[in-house]
This record gives sequence, structure tokens and C-alpha cells, in this order.
Amino acid sequence: MAAPKVISRTSTQEELASDYKWGFVTDIEADIPPKGLNEDVVRLISAKKGEPEWMTEWRLKAYRYWISEDYREPRWSKVSFPPIDYQDIHYYSAPVKKEKGPESLDEVDPELVAAFNKLGIPLAEQKALTGVAVDAVFDSVSVATTYQKQLEDLGIIFGPISEAIQKHPELVKKYLGSVVPYSDNFYATLNSAVFSDGTFAYVPPGVRCPVELMTYFRMNSEGTGQFERTLIIADKGSYVSYLEGCTAPMRKTHQLHAAVVELIALDDAEIKYSTLQNWYPGDKDGKGGVYNFVTKRGKAAGKNSKISWTQVETGSAITWKYPSCILQGDNSVGEFYSVALCNNHQQADTGTKMIHMGKNTRSTIIAKGISAGQGQNTYRGLVKIMPTAQGARNFTRCDSLLIGSKCGAHTVPYIEVRNPTAHMEHEATTSKVSDDQLFYLMQRGIKEEDAQYMIINGFCKGVFQELPFEFAMEASQLLKVSLEGTVG
Amino acid sequence: MAQTNHNRPILDIRDLHVSVGDNEILRGMDLSVSLGEVHAIMGPNGSGKSTFTNVVAGRPGYTITKGEIIYEGESILGMFPDERARKGIFLALQYPVELPGIRNREFLRTALEALREARGETKLAIREFNKFLEEKAKAMDFEPDLMKRNVNEGFSGGEKKRNEILQMSVLDPKLALLDETDSGLDIDALKVVSRGVNEFRGPDKAIVLVTHYQRILNYIKPDFVHVLIEGRIVRSGGSDLAQELEAQGYEWLREPPEQAA
Amino acid sequence: MTQTPTAAATDRYVDQFNALREEREKEPLWLRDLRREAFDYFQRMGWPIDEKRDEAWKYTDVKPIARASFRLPDAPGAALTDEDIVRLLPFDEGMSRVVFIDGHYAPEVSRIRQPDHASVRRLKEAIQQDESFVHGHLARYSAPHHDASVALNTTFFRDGVFIYTDRPLSAPVHVVYVTSEHADPVVTYPRTLVVAGTNAEVTLIESYVSLGTRNHFTDPVTEIALGEGSHVTHYRLLLENTDSYSIGHVRPCLGPDSTYKSVVYEAGSGLMRLDLEVLIEGPGAFADLRGLYLTRGKQHLDNLVSIDHAKPHGKSRLYYKGILDDESRAVFGGTVYVQPGADKTDAYQEDKNLLLSDRAEADSKPSLEIYADDVKCGHGATAGAVADEAIFYLRSRGIDEQTASRLLIKGFASEILDEVGIEALRVFLEERTTQSLPRFQAGLAA
Repeated sequence: MAAPKVISRTSTQEELASDYKWGFVTDIEADIPPKGLNEDVVRLISAKKGEPEWMTEWRLKAYRYWISEDYREPRWSKVSFPPIDYQDIHYYSAPVKKEKGPESLDEVDPELVAAFNKLGIPLAEQKALTGVAVDAVFDSVSVATTYQKQLEDLGIIFGPISEAIQKHPELVKKYLGSVVPYSDNFYATLNSAVFSDGTFAYVPPGVRCPVELMTYFRMNSEGTGQFERTLIIADKGSYVSYLEGCTAPMRKTHQLHAAVVELIALDDAEIKYSTLQNWYPGDKDGKGGVYNFVTKRGKAAGKNSKISWTQVETGSAITWKYPSCILQGDNSVGEFYSVALCNNHQQADTGTKMIHMGKNTRSTIIAKGISAGQGQNTYRGLVKIMPTAQGARNFTRCDSLLIGSKCGAHTVPYIEVRNPTAHMEHEATTSKVSDDQLFYLMQRGIKEEDAQYMIINGFCKGVFQELPFEFAMEASQLLKVSLEGTVG
Repeated sequence: MAQTNHNRPILDIRDLHVSVGDNEILRGMDLSVSLGEVHAIMGPNGSGKSTFTNVVAGRPGYTITKGEIIYEGESILGMFPDERARKGIFLALQYPVELPGIRNREFLRTALEALREARGETKLAIREFNKFLEEKAKAMDFEPDLMKRNVNEGFSGGEKKRNEILQMSVLDPKLALLDETDSGLDIDALKVVSRGVNEFRGPDKAIVLVTHYQRILNYIKPDFVHVLIEGRIVRSGGSDLAQELEAQGYEWLREPPEQAA
Repeated sequence: MTQTPTAAATDRYVDQFNALREEREKEPLWLRDLRREAFDYFQRMGWPIDEKRDEAWKYTDVKPIARASFRLPDAPGAALTDEDIVRLLPFDEGMSRVVFIDGHYAPEVSRIRQPDHASVRRLKEAIQQDESFVHGHLARYSAPHHDASVALNTTFFRDGVFIYTDRPLSAPVHVVYVTSEHADPVVTYPRTLVVAGTNAEVTLIESYVSLGTRNHFTDPVTEIALGEGSHVTHYRLLLENTDSYSIGHVRPCLGPDSTYKSVVYEAGSGLMRLDLEVLIEGPGAFADLRGLYLTRGKQHLDNLVSIDHAKPHGKSRLYYKGILDDESRAVFGGTVYVQPGADKTDAYQEDKNLLLSDRAEADSKPSLEIYADDVKCGHGATAGAVADEAIFYLRSRGIDEQTASRLLIKGFASEILDEVGIEALRVFLEERTTQSLPRFQAGLAA
């Protein structure tokens, strides 16, 4: 497999002028229904997409559940924010297309293409040929999918979920909500009611997807929420690696992002899911920034299946997400590799859940938290070994690094073991950059700031190396940008 | 034995007093080292040997209460450790630090680039660097695998010490301070380390070798031997002084130098 | 509104509170105010059940306690002899011993070795004779609004033990809280207050035992103030019957350079929660916390241990181990807090569980909350069965499987029990451990 060419950013003067490198606003006409949410808005979203009845009904079921009494945001996480006025949000914002719809990439709104070029997304086919198939979601609407032909020949479906609802209703019907039911949690329910688009991928039996599939998410319109929905199914014996990148422009107000991702791996199948999350984190005083309240869960449904999550979370004002694995199939494997960074006033409460149900299921959790400025970083993770999980194994390692004395690092693991043959180990440490390490590097002539980055980068190494190569470079770069001014 | 070298010293320590917390460790140390010379500083545990090398390299945690450290004619007391390193001071640590997630090769390349930049040299292309490193590593009997591993992580004691000397050879400083580089080495490793030091030795290099034992001096012949006791150099001489120490221990030198002389 | 069982149980507390009015009148005003405040709090907050059940009670449901009614015994339900105590707890020779039966002082089996420079006495007596001193300390560390059980204890405690010393106390103090057999469920509220002055040394052993097998409820509070440079060693033995309930609070507050060592041994109770809440209040203090819990049948034991590093240069070590059999469940919630400015804190906690049955459950939540950057903190947790490889190794040396298993379990427990510095106590706990687990018995027989 060709090494994937990921994002080669071309920074403009304008971007470099601000701290947040990716904070530009694209000026295109947006088709925005009024703010607020009610059954009519849900119906409108569904109608805009020309959805079948069953889909509309599913959305309404979720909506009705969402408005039920006493149904609220989860309160157990260690994040704080003022109450969100859900009636003050646009639930749908699609870029207005000049024509019926792009037949080829040439017809895509040039402003959009320019916007993606600015992000360094290889939207043009020849660029995509270097090895990444990109589905770009712009304010929740999928705008173009590259590399389509090659995937089709292999029987791989990759594109907007709105399209999949039309073209592959049997797959969507079977799997949508099968891992994250609409009643799962407050944000997931909201997403189920109003999701506007997202990515759908299906890899047929025995196929090893030869390229990295990638979606680039970007929030553009002010005052809109982004509610994308991703569904990936790896059929028996297949393999797919999927990447997602996220940015949002700088906004003075908070933006809500409530996505749902569901992964299903059947017998002997493997899904590798990587995220570089760089939503706008807010400014130095904590103004603005994205509320990233995301439900991600994978079901290793088949025997010998594997689901692997890798995430690098550097953006968002608040991150609340727990990419999880339900290890249902015997011998199935779950992995979670995470780097979460909180600088300035950022808050993150992130981690994973590994639910061991099948025999000889194995899971690995490697979580690295970095706190700087006044950032509050919490790892929260559950390892649950069910009585049926004979011979289950888990290894968890959580390390926190503190930079400065005003930040906080928290580790909250939950370990529930109900099978004596299970074996689980959990380790955690919290420390700062060690003076001895710093001295050692500096004694060899390396400047303090560089030495700090080397140590921080080394701290994250175990996670970065799980990313596709270019993504790893990108991650390390992101980390450096996000930490600028806090070290050295 | 009086110093015969009339070159201007590269390192000049004058009446150096250093404390750690409330404890005064160095109590008026004087030492002059010129290019082309190898000095051995010997002394019992706790005499201030490591403090001396750390202070010259600028390690935080030490308070200099009095005296001067002159390097190439200027005081370096206000300089950060990396500035000193870029000026050509190298310290082989007694306890090399482990650096998780940082590969040895990457580390050496970053350090070498920093030094080359300071010396006004051009960047080495990756291929050139790799070739250069390979040769240096071979000379130190260094397994190629150790280059890919994280710096000192999971290295044996001997591997760590060899890694220090390898770094010295790669970074090519002017003044090398070797802090008990011989401790904990078996005889084979000691020979490899000594060979590395002897190859480094030359008319434009100065070496200060700090040791507890005379053993390494069988392999690296010093020009001068100094005995450090209770934070002061109580006796200086040629390499024969080391043998004397080996035979008699340090006790006989615990008197003030004036009386002993 | 229909009367819920919980509301009925709360009414019962009101009746009890009213019934004790006369007794309270004999008490100093501050204590009456304290009890009133505590009871108000309890009435307002109630037990942490249903919608009030928060994160701290995630794994433990106290509904059985909240919904039940317990009687406050107004007289001891049994009399004990010295031989009885020695039979129950054969390790306190040479120690001071203070015994309470159903909350009432039992002078016939108590023997206080009163040193000149110290005060070891009943709390009730101390309140009368040392009023201002007790006033300055009682409920200062374990505040009535900490939670429902502390509020109830503060409202209803009848007696307990008071220790004050500013020098090393030669003999350990053994406090025995006994609940005798009653036809209906009874409740006791033991209260222990230890004030260790500058450089004082105290060894305290608390033993909680039941004489019968019927359900009862114990709601103890132990406050320990450690002055500068003092050392307190605290053994807490929970040996009550497996139908009983126990919700306790232990609150050590560590002054500068003081050392608190605790060994918690839990082999009894059906539903237990012990909230050990350590405060590092002075720089350089050291807390060494160890625990061994053995569960079987349907026991549910929940240890919540928090260590609050409020001052710099503190050190804490926590090692808890559990051996779980049958359908029992053990919960361990450990939290290390490092407050802003508490630099150079060095904290480590570890929880290990050995599951002997496929129906047992171990839940661990060893969390860290850190707000200072110059710290060294870590934790570890493991769970599993006796390692097959280890058993194989022993068997390959000619040891049969059960004996091998017993040896390994004993080894597992010994990491905690070896820390018990009092020989007779250690021997007792080792034997008790062996008896507690039927599989041990099988192993012994084999």
C-alpha cells in the first residue's frame, strides 16, 4: 500500500497572522433554516435530504426521546460550561450549490475548493491519487468524494451518509443505531434527530482497502451546530483504515459539535480509526471555541475482529468523548491510543470504554494527557470484564504531563472485573518535564524550547506511532503549534 | 609537578565555592586546564567531584557562592547549559538520563545540528549524517539497533556509558568532562570506553576525567592528576600520583596541602 | 403523597432524636447545637440513594440501610467477660482496652492504662471533664455535613474513646465496639477522637465485632489529629457478621512532618462502606495506608480512600488488596488530590484483587486529581485469578494444587499483613484470613 499523502498545509499570510492557524471564514452563501429545534426542523432536515419515511421516523423517535422530561447532558464529567441554549443553534447549514450538484470536481463551487485547498485537502483527483480518498464535510454536508472509481471497483462504498441512505438503505437500516442507539446519551440522541450528513463506508468481505479513507470536517457558518454521523462497516475478513481531521474557524461564540460515529467489524475484520481533532479551542481568555461532545463506539462483533482508535485531540474548548469498543466476538481486540492536550482554558474529559464480552478478548489503552496554561485534562476510562469474557486481558497506561502550575491533570479509571480468569493491569503516572532530562538535552547543545518539545513529543511517541506516517508528522506539528508560548 | 604548558588555559577555575541547599560542597577549588591536556581528578565519595563537572556544564540546582569559571577567556557562570554545550563543553554524565520516546539517532542529529549551526557549519544531509554516525558507532562497538532505541531507555550500564562516549565523539567538543565514566564497567567495556577517549584526545582537545579509581588511568594516561578532598584540590601531580593513591588511599592527604607538602 | 419506605425510616430517626431530648439536655450547649446541626443536615440531605446517588456512590447502593429502621439500644444486650474478649480478640495483652457493648461502656472488660502525661478515656467522660479541649477538636475533622452517615453519627453518638497525648504512649489502645444479638436490628454510633500532640506517638486498634448473626448497623466515625512530628499507627478491624451493615468515616488530619500508618482489615459485614479521608495538612507529612479485604457469600465491601495533599513535600503510599470469593463484590475507590502549591508531592496507590470465583466482582477506581506541576504521582490496579503459571511452578516442585493455591493466596495477603507491627495481632489476622476463606480450609485439609 502506498504511503498515504495526508495534509500538506499551505499557510497563507492571513492564517499565520493569527494564533489559530486554520481560522479563516469562507464566504459562501449558506442555506440556513431559522435557529432552534422542533419536530418541523427535524422533518425539514429529513426532507432536504429527500430521506425515506423510515429515516424520518427514526429521527423523530430520537427527537421525542430527546425532549423527554429529565433527559439532560451527562453530569459526571469533569468539565464545566454555562447552560447551552439549544434553541439558539442552527441545526442545518448546507452550502448553497450553484447548480444541481457537482457532476465532477470541476463543478464544485470554486470557493469551496479554495477553502479546502487552504486546508491542504487534496480535493482534486490527481492529488488524491497519491493515496487518500477524501470525503470532505463542510458544515455537515459532504461536498466531494475523491478516488471514487478505484473504490467502486473493489466494491467499497465510501461517501456521504446521505447518499448511502438513498443508495444502500438495507445497510444503513441494519447498522445505523446498532452500536450507539438513539437513546444512548443526550448528545447522541440530539445527533440522531438532526444529523445532516457524515461519512458512510462499507468494505465487502475479504477486501483490504488499499488506501486510507479520510474525511475532513470543517465548521464554517456562525451559530451552527455540527452534527455529523459516521457509519463504517467492515465485513468479514476485510480491513479499512479511516482518518478524520477537523478544523473550525475562529468564532467569538461557542459552537456545538455533537457527532456520532459507529463502527462495526464482523468476523476477522479490522477497522483502524484515526482522528486529528483541531477544532477551534477558543482564545487565551477562554472566549469562543468548539464544544466537542462526541459519541464514538465500535463493535467488534465478529470473532477475531479488531477495532483500533487513535486520537490526537488538540483543539476544542471542551472535549467530551470516549471512543469505545464492545468486544463481543471471541478473540476480538480493542485498542485506544490517545493524546489529549489542554492549553489556556481548554477542558478535556476523554478516554475510552472497553467492554469485554467475548472469550479471550484483549484490549490496550494508552492515554497521554498534556495540560498547560489553565487547561484541565481528565482521562476517564472504563474497563469492564463481563462474566462471559473468559481469559480476557487488558492493559492500560495513562500518563499525564503538566506544564505550568495552573493546570490540572486527572485520571479516573473504572475497572470492573467479573471474571476470575481475566487479567487486567492499569498503570498511571503524572509528572512534569523532568529537570534531569531537560539538562541532559541542553548539555548536548539543544535549546531549552526544542528540548521541551523533544521530551513532550517523546512522551506522545507511543500514540503518534499508531498514526499513518504523515498524520504522525502532522500531529507532532499540531502539538507544537498548540503549545506555542507555554514552553521554553 | 608544575604545569609546563604555557598556552592560555581553556578552562580556568578560580576559588570556586559551590553549595547545594545549605551544604557547601566545593570550598575554594582551583584548576587550570589547557588544550592538549588530560587531567584526572580523583577523590573519595562526597569530595565534590560530580558537583564540579555539573557546575561547569551549568546543571541547575547548585549555588555558586564565590569564585569564577572562565572558559576560553570569558566567565560562563551566567550561561545556560545549551549555550555552554554550543561553546564546546561536553559532560559525560555519571548517570545518563533515559529519554522515553526519543530515539538515539534523532537525539544525536538534533544535537549535532544545533552545534554545527553554532559553529557556522552547514547542515549535514541525512545520508551523510547516517554514514558519519555509522562509522562512529562502529568504533564504539555500538550495536546498530541501539541507535533506533530510545535514548538510554533499557540500556545496560555499559551501553549507557558507551553511548556517552559515542555522543562525545559525534559532537566533537573542545572540553570533555567525564564524570565517573568508568564506574560500573567491566574490563571489556572499560577498554572500549578508553579507546574512544584516546581517539578523541588531541592537541585541540582538553579532557577532565573524574574518577574514584585508578583503574581507568591504566588505559587513559593523564598528564595531570589532582586529588579533590572536601571540596578543595589538596594535591596535584603527574600520573604517578594516581599509583600512589591506589597504594595508600586518600587518608594521608586529608591534611591541608601546605602541611602535606 | 404516599409514605415511601425511606420516608418511614427517616421518621424513625426523628422519633429517636426526640426521644433523646432529655439526655441531650444534660450535655453542653455546643454539643447540643452540633447534634442539632448534624440532624438538620441529615433531614435535608438523607441517604445518597436514587437521584441523590452520585459518583462517589457509583458502585454501592445504601438503599437497604436507608429503607430499614434500626433501634438504638438503651442498654447493653449482653455482658462479656475478660475470657470472652480474649477468645474473640486474642492479641491485646499489655494494651489499654476500652470496650463498648451496643454503644454502652463496659467497665467490667475495659482496662485503661492511664499514663501521667496523656489522657485515654471514654469520650462521654472527656466531654464532662475536658470540655473545652474536646470542644476544640470534636467534629472539627469529620464535619457533620460530610455525608449522611457522619451526620447521623454526630447526632446520635452515645460514647466512644478519647485519646490525647503529647508524648509517646507506651501501650497501644485497643477499642472494641461490640454489637450483641438482638431480635430486631439495632444501630450503634461509635465515635473515636485521637489528638496526637507535637511528637506524640499513638497506636490505636479499633475492633468491630458482632456477637450474633442477625442484621445490625454500625455507623462509626474516627477522627485523628496529628500534630507536628507525631506518629499514629491505626489498625481497624472489621469483623462484624456478614448480615450486618457498616458505613464508617475515618478522618486523619496530618500536621507538618507527621506520619499516619493505617492497616485496614475487613473480613466481616454484609454491606460496608469505609470512607478513609486523609488530609495532608502540613508539609512533609507521610501517610502509609494499607488494606486487606476478604469477601465471600454476598458481601459487598466498598473502600473509598482519598488522600488530599494540601501542602508540599507530602508523601502517600496506598496498597490495598482484596481476595474475593462466591458472589461477593469489592469496590475500591481511591483518589489522590494534589492541590495547587502542593509541590514535591510523592503519591502512589495500588489496588490488587484476587478473584476466587467466577461470580465475584471487583470494581476499582484509582483516580488522580492533580493541580500542581512538580509532583510524582502514580497508581496501579490489577485483578485476576491465582496465576496458573505460579501454581504450575509450585506443583512441579511436588506441591499439590490446593496447597499451592493456599500458599499463593497467603503470599498475596502477607504483603499487607507483614506490615502489622504487633506480633500477636499479626498472628491473629493471619489465622483469621485463613479461616475466612473456605477454599483455604480445603487447601489446609488437603
